[in-house]
Amino acid sequence: MERFRAILEVFSGDGNADRVVPPSGFTARLTTFTAAAMAFLTVFALALSLATGRLAARWDAELARTSTIRISAPEGQMAAQSEAVLEVLRTTPGIASARVMSEAEQRKLLEPWFGPDLPLDTLPVPRLIEVLEEGRGPDAAGLKLRLSAEAPGAVLDDHTRWRRPLVNAATRLRILGAVSILLIAGSTAAMITLAAQSALAANGQVIGVLRLIGARDVYIARAFVRRFTLRALVGACVGTVLAMIGVLFMPAAAEEGAFLTGLGFKGWHWILPFLIPPLAAFVAFWATRWAAFRTLSRLS
Amino acid sequence: MFVCDARKDAKRGIKQKAGQSLIELKNAGFTYGGRDILSEMTLRLQPGSFHFLTGPSGSGKTTLLNLCYQALLPTTGMVRIFEQDVRAMTRDDIAKMRRRIGVVHQNCQFLDHLSVRDNLALPLSVSGREDDIHPSNLDDLLGWVGLTERGEALPPELSGGERQRAALARAIIMSPDLILADEPTGNVDWEMAQRLMALLVELNKMGKTILIATHDLNLIRTVKSEVSARVLRINNTKLQLAGADL
Repeated sequence: MERFRAILEVFSGDGNADRVVPPSGFTARLTTFTAAAMAFLTVFALALSLATGRLAARWDAELARTSTIRISAPEGQMAAQSEAVLEVLRTTPGIASARVMSEAEQRKLLEPWFGPDLPLDTLPVPRLIEVLEEGRGPDAAGLKLRLSAEAPGAVLDDHTRWRRPLVNAATRLRILGAVSILLIAGSTAAMITLAAQSALAANGQVIGVLRLIGARDVYIARAFVRRFTLRALVGACVGTVLAMIGVLFMPAAAEEGAFLTGLGFKGWHWILPFLIPPLAAFVAFWATRWAAFRTLSRLS
Repeated sequence: MFVCDARKDAKRGIKQKAGQSLIELKNAGFTYGGRDILSEMTLRLQPGSFHFLTGPSGSGKTTLLNLCYQALLPTTGMVRIFEQDVRAMTRDDIAKMRRRIGVVHQNCQFLDHLSVRDNLALPLSVSGREDDIHPSNLDDLLGWVGLTERGEALPPELSGGERQRAALARAIIMSPDLILADEPTGNVDWEMAQRLMALLVELNKMGKTILIATHDLNLIRTVKSEVSARVLRINNTKLQLAGADL
């Protein structure tokens, strides 16, 4: 309860306690700048973390619902094996639909690697069957056995092989983003602690006078805590607003699912950056309070 | 009038504390760097008493004053301030104790970015008595120490004598039970020294307990002609009662 009151006092104001510490331009600017820079970085770390989370979820959802069957067979057997595969799929539980991809679709898939005028009919390109799953999906092992019996040239690709590393990478990026935010908070606390200690050391005469006339440690600490907390709050507000403007101008998510797009915030996620200034003030409050009491306890 | 308020307050204080010692040293000693600065100090300061502390430079007068408001802890023996052992005091206890003691140093320090008036009001602010800060009281106090015209000045703009008087005003604004002054006339001329001493004598007549460290024997003689004051001398680290030679 007393700690809560101490936090409230920072914002309710204690003009007298605040006035006892002389204004110090350099540490004031340093603290405000540090808070602004850290808030700026936090917004981007938050945006990256949330965007990779969304990406991981999207890839996981989209790729988990589909699989592909690739048929490599001599020209004369291609149609028969395709029909056999479709028949197997029609009678397999967990398959919603299956269709043979047209030449145009296959050409579009290969276009990024081979260019637009690909003579598909002259190349030994396997036929692709797109499979959409339902429910828990098919029993992959059983389906592979049936396909090898009915259509020896058919290979089932359920995307697990390359879906898992992508989802893992996105998940790790998300964790890295969260760790970065924690590191930024820790660095902010460390820097504000150093700035507060420096301010306390520079104001040795002020502290000496205050203790001589009977000031309690909490009174002296409050003057420094209030000053540093408000500086951190102002700096973090500036940094957050600037970073949000930056995020606003980042490329939106592309329909094609381009990797470096859609890194901003979406929906209610836009609210999250507004939590950064009060959190920065909270970190500054405890960092300064800790530094102040630690320094004062060392003085006789 | 601020001074009148202080007088009533002080009289109440004496009644409450009759028979008690404000400061008590029992075989107290202080060693620094392996050298005895003070040893076997035994002293009791009764409420309303006036004491001078003399001795040559470096004899330990300032050290003894520092022991009296817990700026230093004794290395041997016992020191009690307001009936409380200094070793058992918490940091908050020390702060509360110092609100009852007005200290005037030879080189008194202020918050240089605040005006003299704000510096005088500071003890009330730090003890949560902002409601007691009345401009008229501050004006009375400034007038009493002859600094009416210097209230808005910053401390670095004051002369040595003005600083001493401002420090005295700051020391008494809380109407303390005890005033400790370390060479309060060290930086001022004879006329100003007499004026400061007159202020301290007046405070003693109001019931305040005074302990002044000084090596100015003429000043002591002047004061002794007005109030009953005991003179203590530090000689070879020990405290003695001085008398006949003054």
